[in-house]
Amino acid sequence: MSAGGDAARPAPTQAAPPRVAPSRLGHALRDALLMALVALALFGPLLGLKTVPLTTGLALESRWHLVAAAVAIVFAGRFLLRYLVWRADRPAGTAARPAASAPRGWFVKALTPALLLTALAWPLLPTTDRYLLDIGILILTYTMLAWGLNVVVGLAGLLDLGYVAFYAVGAYSYALLAQHFGWSFWICLPLAGILTAFAGILLGFPVLRLRGDYLAIVTLAFGEIIRLILINWYEFTGGPNGISGIPRPSFFGLPFTAGEGGFAAAFGLEHSPLHRIVFLYYVVLALALVTLAFTVRLRRLPVGMAWEALREDEIACRSLGINTRNTKLTAFAIGAMFGGFAGSFFATRQGFISPESFVFMESALILAIVVLGGLGSQIGIAIAALVMIGGIELLRNLAWLKAVFGPDFDPSLYRMLLFGLAMVTIMVWKPRGLVSARMPSIQLAQRKAVGAHLVGQGRG
Amino acid sequence: MEYFLQQLVNGVTLGSIYGLIAIGYTMVYGILGMINFAHGDVYMVGAFIALIAFLGLLAFGLTALPLILLLVLFATMLLTSVWGWTIERLAYRPLRGSFRLAPLITAIGVSIVLQNFVQLSQEARVKALPPQIHGGLALLGQTRISFTQILVILATVSLLAGFTYLIARTPLGRAQRACSQDMKMAALLGVDVDRTIALTFVMGAALAAVAGLMHLLLYGVIDHYIGFVAGVKAFTAAVLGGIGSLPGAMLGGLLIGLIETFWAGYFSAEYKDVAAFSVLIIVLIFMPSGLLGRQEIEKV
Amino acid sequence: MNDAILTVEHLTMRFGGVVAVSDLSFQARRGAITAIIGPNGAGKTTVFNCITGFYRPTEGMVRLRLRSGETFLLERLPDHEIARIAKVARTFQSVRLFAGMTVLENLMVAQHNALMRASLWTVGGVLGLPGFRAARDAAVERARYWLDKAGLLERADDPAGDLPYGAQRRLEVARAMCAEPQLLCLDEPAAGLNPRESADLTALLDQIRAQHAVSILLIEHDMSVVMEISDAIVVLDYGEKIADGTPAQVRDDPRVIAAYLGVADEEVEAVEHALQAGAAP
Repeated sequence: MSAGGDAARPAPTQAAPPRVAPSRLGHALRDALLMALVALALFGPLLGLKTVPLTTGLALESRWHLVAAAVAIVFAGRFLLRYLVWRADRPAGTAARPAASAPRGWFVKALTPALLLTALAWPLLPTTDRYLLDIGILILTYTMLAWGLNVVVGLAGLLDLGYVAFYAVGAYSYALLAQHFGWSFWICLPLAGILTAFAGILLGFPVLRLRGDYLAIVTLAFGEIIRLILINWYEFTGGPNGISGIPRPSFFGLPFTAGEGGFAAAFGLEHSPLHRIVFLYYVVLALALVTLAFTVRLRRLPVGMAWEALREDEIACRSLGINTRNTKLTAFAIGAMFGGFAGSFFATRQGFISPESFVFMESALILAIVVLGGLGSQIGIAIAALVMIGGIELLRNLAWLKAVFGPDFDPSLYRMLLFGLAMVTIMVWKPRGLVSARMPSIQLAQRKAVGAHLVGQGRG
Repeated sequence: MEYFLQQLVNGVTLGSIYGLIAIGYTMVYGILGMINFAHGDVYMVGAFIALIAFLGLLAFGLTALPLILLLVLFATMLLTSVWGWTIERLAYRPLRGSFRLAPLITAIGVSIVLQNFVQLSQEARVKALPPQIHGGLALLGQTRISFTQILVILATVSLLAGFTYLIARTPLGRAQRACSQDMKMAALLGVDVDRTIALTFVMGAALAAVAGLMHLLLYGVIDHYIGFVAGVKAFTAAVLGGIGSLPGAMLGGLLIGLIETFWAGYFSAEYKDVAAFSVLIIVLIFMPSGLLGRQEIEKV
Repeated sequence: MNDAILTVEHLTMRFGGVVAVSDLSFQARRGAITAIIGPNGAGKTTVFNCITGFYRPTEGMVRLRLRSGETFLLERLPDHEIARIAKVARTFQSVRLFAGMTVLENLMVAQHNALMRASLWTVGGVLGLPGFRAARDAAVERARYWLDKAGLLERADDPAGDLPYGAQRRLEVARAMCAEPQLLCLDEPAAGLNPRESADLTALLDQIRAQHAVSILLIEHDMSVVMEISDAIVVLDYGEKIADGTPAQVRDDPRVIAAYLGVADEEVEAVEHALQAGAAP
């Protein structure tokens, strides 16, 4: 599937009987040939034979040149790796690689303010146009979602694969509240957050006793159930058509319209549709920063410590008098609440929501950001959101590839393929995420990072 | 009554497909304790390979249906298992024994890759294959069971029997069970853990390939999205039956198939998935180890 | 025996068909160290799990009376309530620390309920009310006190999982003490320790008893430890009580000797050794 690149690590030691040591070249060639054969089996039918619809039914169209290219790339890549890169017979196999090291202090120290400043100044930069502003909003939304999910997965160690459900509940709560009651953004937002927190508790209750992957699959099921209900409950949610005409936010009562009484007129500016986008950008930035401040603060409070203790050892928690049920429920509720805020924001930004925005892939993406960032690390998560969401967007602009593959080549189609490959590669490269060390939330004398290999993974 | 019987037949057939996929989940989970999220997409890949093999053999001029079916079955199982093997090798083996969530994320990544690879190489259109096997048997009154359905059920039963034998009686099965009990100990006792796990993935992929072929024969329509929903339901089936248990996976698959079919037949087709997932949630809450799984006593 | 902190009556625990503990009755005196001993598989840890609420006994009653006179029926309370309101803390046979948190954090988690109240169930904490800050400083002070007692003060900011085994055992005891228990249940605290670490631990336990009016219930295999520090001993075999009394009484009980003779050689040797050690002076 991947051409060369991360293709296969050294073969397991037992595959190479040491009786007669073959020459390195011969060994590498044989190995590369074997991999080429595998590639042929992989790509032969799917890439080589394309099903094309004819009037009489389906027919096959052969494209053997593609297969040949793929097989050649695998052969060459494997051979080069084998012959040039993996020179020594390194032991391979099952052992876990050592955990990632703690990031250098000054780097992180400089990185956080730098990121914050960039985020604050982003709309003001001369290079920022509508498109870059939208990307900024998108990245911040996902950062916020990931910080929210991190409370559940990273701190409390509860694997939640249905987080998008809370995003959906927030969005729909906001849309319905705003439409039926005509309340403003600043009233609907907290209400939607509270409603979503309740949804979190409601969904949390039945799954309290479940552990590990059972919890994962049940949360996934809950996510799907909510989506299916949104699709099928026409009277309430508008079904697959969703809800449109959701009121746009106003600048504390001033709508972003041209003419009298609008935002631009009140401040003596020339009306520009960008004003609303800039405003939305700062709203989501503020929401994200509130999420950040709140979760950082909670982590130092007894409830946050109890979450982390729960991740480390639930039984020990119970022996110390911690009510694990309530502790888990608060984690679910608070994680859900931030999902709800993000959902509300999404609804008001889009002006239109439908169940299509809340598919499992969204949950997977948010979880991937949390895990890639390094569970529990706020800055790591922000970077991961930047890389992943920004990366997807960058991949949209692969137009230069047309120069390589000819004008018929549509690069945007390859976006998700490359995205998936990147996800696998990054995870294999850094299984514990970008920032894997854990910083203690309290110290007596000196704050020292805890190595990732010690930090629990949570069983719930 | 006739309607009921017809739904029963349809449900059992659908359940067989879920069961075949579920076995792949259950075997991998039994050994590695991980959800192989890409498994549903392996099934999708299997369905596509089956389609291509079918068309290829027809274009080749073969006309004997049983021969075509047999060849397609073998080709699909073989080629799909190579996918299973490769996925394990590239995306899971480097992470074995590492952080619990890492393989889950790579699995999701692999799932994205497979979906998009198939979409790119085969185009996003829905592919339809006209029914290949015609006719069926009349049961009671209007109730019919098509030959395709009979084939699906027979294939499932024989594969299940074969695999149960494989796990229970052969050295490979013993190695597998040893690895699922205690991988380190098994390695110390001379079990080739890497090989055993690779073979587990190969077997799971082969079964998923059969399921893909069955899906193609039964419904005649495939696209690159069929993997996700079927995968989730099959995993549901595996959990429902008690994860790690082979008969459990089959039982769970049948139950999910039946629940879905009957719900769609008697209540509302829109909510059939909700019914399947709700059953999962209810079973897990009241019987956390599934129907046939081992009960775990909390060790303090 | 009048002032019993813990009274166990007719305690029975069955797992399916297996009877792990059968009709066990005993009392633990307030301020004393009561040891539960017995061969492997005698049901000692099961008794602990019944007392601390991790198992629900099949039959029987576990009554706990606090110094205030308040009485609890432990078999009716969930595990965390037993720790919170009945003031029972415990350690585990296989050490259960929060390995990825620092030593200090471990001790802070142990004071969760007090801190939770002080933070007004998080609301006050988020707002940064001074009441919570004072309570947290007090909690750090208590943690510092117990770190000092356990000889772990220098390692306060290290991850608990990095400590050597003996230190982890002491930390677990310190953590339990931070929860301010009136009854402390220790499940084989000296298991796997070398003589030096074992002596450190015994010293810690002695201090706890002498200075903190905590009653201790102890499971232990190391006979020298048991004979040295226990005030009373309950002997279990196959889930039944076969003896109960002072170390001297238990030592001479023929049934106890028989029970130990019926098991592995090392344990018999350990008992004989302890008997001689006790008889010699």
